[in-house]
Amino acid sequence: MDLIIFTLAVLDGLAYASQVFMVAVGMTLIFGVMRILNIAHGGFYAIGAYLSAGIGLAIASAGLSPWLHLPALVIGAAMAGGVLGLVIERFVLRYIYVKEEVLQLLVTFAIFMILEDVQRLVFGVQPYAASSLVDAMGTINVLGIPYNAYQVLLLPGVAVLTLVGLRWFLHHTLLGHLITATAEDREAATAMGVNANRVFLLTFTIGTVLAALGGAFAAPTTAVQLGMGADMIVLSFAVVVTAGLGQVEGAAVTAVLIGLGRSFAIYLMPELDVLMPYFIMMLVLLVRPNGLFGTVQTRKI
Amino acid sequence: MMGTSNPLRPLGRAFLAGVCALGIGTAGAADKPEQIDIGISAFLSGPASVFGEPARAAAEIMAERINANGGIHGVPVNLSFIDEGAGSAHLLSEYRRLVQSEDYDVMFASISSGNCLKVAPLAEDLEVINLMWDCGTQRVFEEGDYNYVFRTQANATPEMLASVLYLLKTHPDFETIAVVNQDYAWGRDSWNIFRTALQTLKPDVEVVAEFFPKFGTPDFSTEITRLLAMRPDVVLSTSWGGDLDNFVRQAKQRGLDERSTLVLPLAESSLERLGEDMPTGAIVGARGDHYYAHPGYADDEKFNEFVSSFREKTGNVPIYSAFHMVQAFDALQAAYDRAIEANGGEWPDTEALADAFEGLSFRGATSEITIRPADHQGLEDQMLGTAKQVEGKDIAELCDITVFPAEAITTPAGEDSTEWLKGLSADLLDTDVTTYPGCH
Amino acid sequence: MRGGRFLLLGVVALIALMPLFAPWSKTFLVLAIAKGLAVLGIVVLLRAGQVSFGHALFFAASAYVAAFAARLLGGGELLTLLVIGALGSGVLGLLVGLFVVRYRYIFFGMLNLAFSMVFYAVLEKFYHYTGGSDGLILSRPSVLGIGLERLPFEYTLFYVALATAAVLGWLVHRYLNSAPGRALAAIKTNETRLEYLGISARGTLLVAYVISAMLAGVGGTLAAVMQGLVTPEYAYWVRSGEFVFIAILGGAGHVLGAFAGALVYEGVRMYLAVLAADMWQLLLGVVLLVIVLFASEGLVGLWHRISGRFAPAGREAS
Repeated sequence: MDLIIFTLAVLDGLAYASQVFMVAVGMTLIFGVMRILNIAHGGFYAIGAYLSAGIGLAIASAGLSPWLHLPALVIGAAMAGGVLGLVIERFVLRYIYVKEEVLQLLVTFAIFMILEDVQRLVFGVQPYAASSLVDAMGTINVLGIPYNAYQVLLLPGVAVLTLVGLRWFLHHTLLGHLITATAEDREAATAMGVNANRVFLLTFTIGTVLAALGGAFAAPTTAVQLGMGADMIVLSFAVVVTAGLGQVEGAAVTAVLIGLGRSFAIYLMPELDVLMPYFIMMLVLLVRPNGLFGTVQTRKI
Repeated sequence: MMGTSNPLRPLGRAFLAGVCALGIGTAGAADKPEQIDIGISAFLSGPASVFGEPARAAAEIMAERINANGGIHGVPVNLSFIDEGAGSAHLLSEYRRLVQSEDYDVMFASISSGNCLKVAPLAEDLEVINLMWDCGTQRVFEEGDYNYVFRTQANATPEMLASVLYLLKTHPDFETIAVVNQDYAWGRDSWNIFRTALQTLKPDVEVVAEFFPKFGTPDFSTEITRLLAMRPDVVLSTSWGGDLDNFVRQAKQRGLDERSTLVLPLAESSLERLGEDMPTGAIVGARGDHYYAHPGYADDEKFNEFVSSFREKTGNVPIYSAFHMVQAFDALQAAYDRAIEANGGEWPDTEALADAFEGLSFRGATSEITIRPADHQGLEDQMLGTAKQVEGKDIAELCDITVFPAEAITTPAGEDSTEWLKGLSADLLDTDVTTYPGCH
Repeated sequence: MRGGRFLLLGVVALIALMPLFAPWSKTFLVLAIAKGLAVLGIVVLLRAGQVSFGHALFFAASAYVAAFAARLLGGGELLTLLVIGALGSGVLGLLVGLFVVRYRYIFFGMLNLAFSMVFYAVLEKFYHYTGGSDGLILSRPSVLGIGLERLPFEYTLFYVALATAAVLGWLVHRYLNSAPGRALAAIKTNETRLEYLGISARGTLLVAYVISAMLAGVGGTLAAVMQGLVTPEYAYWVRSGEFVFIAILGGAGHVLGAFAGALVYEGVRMYLAVLAADMWQLLLGVVLLVIVLFASEGLVGLWHRISGRFAPAGREAS
C-alpha cells in the first residue's frame, strides 16, 4: 500500500470517525452518569436528522443561502433534543431509576420503538435529502482526489469542538463537576447535597441534544430514511463499551480506532468492514476489561 | 369459496360430481362469491416502503376503478395488506390466516425476493393462487414447479441482461468496470447475473473492484474515494431507495460521474427524488418498461389515465412498483375473463382460474405481458435510457430510450440462468429493439 | 395454591387443544414456544444477574446447523435435527462462553451482542454458503421415519414442541433449585463469597451459559423447522432484545414466565400488526412501557398478586 493510498485511507477514516463520535458521545455521557444504556438514542439521532433535512429543504425552497443551514440545524437539533430529552426524562425515565438496570434498558427499547413509528407518521416513508450545504461548500483536492469539504473539514472540526467543549464543561464548570461527581458515586454526591434528579435531567438532556446534533450534521451528507436510527445504535453500543464507562475521551479514541479500522478494511479487505467495530471492541476488552479508560467499578457488598 | 384445507372437501367434490352428472353444474365451476378477497403483501414500513407505499396507492386506484365498473364480472374486490416490514414470520402467519381462516381468494406476494421464496411453497401447499407481483429473484421458478404460483412481471435475468446490452450498445469500447451493490441477496445475485452476461458477451472486460457495503449505509465516501483513484470506465449499482440516492448524490458531489459512467438499473424509482442530482450520462433502468413519461404511450388513454390518477392521489409520479401492481390487477381481470369464457359463463374455481393464467396475455399500463405456460414466468419487455438534466425541469429526462423484447432476453423455461447466460452469443446485440429518439 | 395449579393445567390444556379450533394458530404457537425456550435460556442467566444481549446468536446458529444437517442427510429426521441443532449451539456456547464468562454486567451483555452481530454479518456475507439474506430452505423432515403431509406434520410438530417445552421447562426448574443453580444465584448476590467457598464462579456461570445456549438452540431449530426457512434475521440484535424483553414480561425469575411471556408477546405483536399495520411498533412500544412501569414483576408477578388475594394465609413460596 503506497503512501498516497495510505493518506487517503487515513483521511476517509477520520471523516467517518467524526460522525461516529458525534453519535456515540451522547450515549457515553448518559451511560457514565446514569448507568442507563439509552437504546432510544438512535431515535433521537434520526429525529435530529429528519429535522435538519426539513430545515435544509425549507431554506432551499425559500431561496435563502445554504450557509444558513449550518446555524439553523444546530439550533433546531438543540431545541428538538432538548425538548424531547426533558419530556422523556421527566415523565418516563424518572420513574424507573429505582428499578433494575434491565428494566431501565427495556424502557429505552420501548421508547425506541415508539420513536420509529413516530418518525414514519410525522415524516412519511420517502427518503429526504437536503444536500445544498454540502454542494455549497464544494470539494477540495487532496492528492488528486476530490473530497467534500463538508466531510473532511467541517465534520471533524465540529467533532473536535464538541470534544473540547465537553471536556471543558465537565472539568471546569460547576455543573460539569456535579455531573462528574454523580457519575463517580451517586450516593456520596447526594450525601454532599447534590440534587441527583436535576443532574440526571441535565445529563439526559445533554445526551439527547448531542444525539440530535449528530443526526443533524449527518443529514446533509446522506438521504435521511426510515431505519437509520437502528443501525446507529449498535455502533454506538460498541463505542460506549470500548471507551470505558462514561469516558468522553475514550469515546473519541474509540471513534478514531473504528473509523480507521473500517476505512483500512475497505481498502484491504472490503468484506470485513462491518465487522471492524466488533473486532476492535473484543480486542480492547481482552487487554483492558473495563474499556480503554475505564476504572474498576467497586461493588458494594 | 376458494381452496382451503377443509377435510370435507372430498365430500364436496363428490357432491359436485354428482350434481354435474345430473347436468346441473359444470366441472371447474364454483359459486359466484360476494366479493373477491385479495391479500397483498408489500413493505409498508422500513426503507423498502419507498416501493410499498406507491404500490399500495396503485392497488387502491385499481380496486376503486374495478369496483366503479361493477367489479370483476359483477363481483367487487376487497383488499387487505400485509406489511412485509413486520418480518417474514409475520408475513407467513398472516398469509396463512387470510387464506385458511378468512378464505381469501387470491394473494399477491411479495416485494422482497426472500419473501417470495418462502411464500411460493406455502401458496402451493395451501392451494391458493399467488401472483408474484414485484420480487426479482429468478430462483423460484428455476428451482421448483408450481401449479398455483404465477409471475406477472419479469425477473432479475432479463432486467440485468437488458442493462448489459444497453451498456454495450451505448459504450461498446469500455474496458474496466466496478460494482457498488447493497450487501444482500439482490445485490449479490444481480451482480452475478450482470457479470456472467457481460463476460460472455465481452470477455476482455476487467472487473477492477467489487464493493458490497452494508444495506442502509449512509456513507459511501471511502468506496467513492477508491473509485476516484481507480478510475474505472463504468460503475454499476443495482441499489435502490435511500441507498441509491445517497450513492448517486455523493458520487456526483465528488465528480465520480465525470470520471466513470454510472449504470443504475433501478434508478427509475429514484428519478423524482434525485431531481437535479441525477447526473447527465447515467444509464437508468426501470425493471420493465416503466416510465411516467414513456414516449411510446404518450397518447395512450389507459397509460395516461393511470399516471394522472396516481399523481392526483399521491402527488408523485408512479414508479415501477406501482406499474407492477397495475400489471397484477390487469392479469387477474384478464384471467377471470378467460376462465369465465372457457367455462361458458360459470364462475371458475381455483383450478380453472389457474388454468386461465397459463399462457395468459394481458396489458398493464404499458406493454403486453405473457405468462409462459411452461414455468409460469412472465415475459415483460425491458427499458433503459440515458439521463439528461434539462434547464428548468425538476426531473431528469431519459434519452435514447431502448426497449428490449422479452422473448430474447428471458431465460428459456427449464434452464438455469447462469448456465444460459454463459452460452449467449454476440448475435444478441443485433436483436430487434424499439428505440425512441430524442429525450423525454 | 391448589386452585392455581388446576387453573394452570387448564390453560395448558387449552393451548394444547387450540389448533383444533383454529388451524392457523399452530404456526403462532410453535413460534411462541420456540421463542419461549430461548427466553428460558435468558432466565437461567438472569438468575446470576447477567443479561445476554446476544442470545440470538445461539438461536440462529442451531437453526443454520439444522439446515445444513438436513441438507446433508437429505431431509433428516425431526428429533435428530433438534438434537443436532442443540448440540451445535451447545458447542458454540462453550466456545463463546469461555471468553465471555470472565466479564460481568454491561460488558457481558455487550460482548454477547458483539458476537451475535459478527455472526449476523457473516451469515449475510458468505452468501454462497449461507444463502445470504434469502437464507436456506429447510424442507420438511420425516418423523420417526415417516414422511408426513403438511397438515399432519404441523400437528406433530406442535405437540413435539409442547412436549419439549414441558420437559425442558421442568428440567430447568430442577436445575435452578439444585446446588449448581443456587451457586448461580450466588453470583448475583455475592460472587466473592462464592469463591471463598471454593466454588468457581466462572465455572458455574459457564455451565449455565452452555445450558442457556442449548435452550436457545432447541428453540431456534423448532422455529426453523416450522418456518421451513432460516434467515440471518434469526441473529439480529433486535431479536436478542426481544428475548430479554419477554423474560422481563413473563417475570424475570420464573420458568413459566418465559413461556407465558412469549405467548403474550407474540399474540400482542400479531394482533397489533393486523389491527394497525401502520402503527404496530408504536403500540407495541406503549404496551411494553406500560408493563415495565406498572407490572415490572411480569406476568408471573401479576399472577401471584391476583391469586394471592384468593389464597388462604400460609402459602408456600414458589
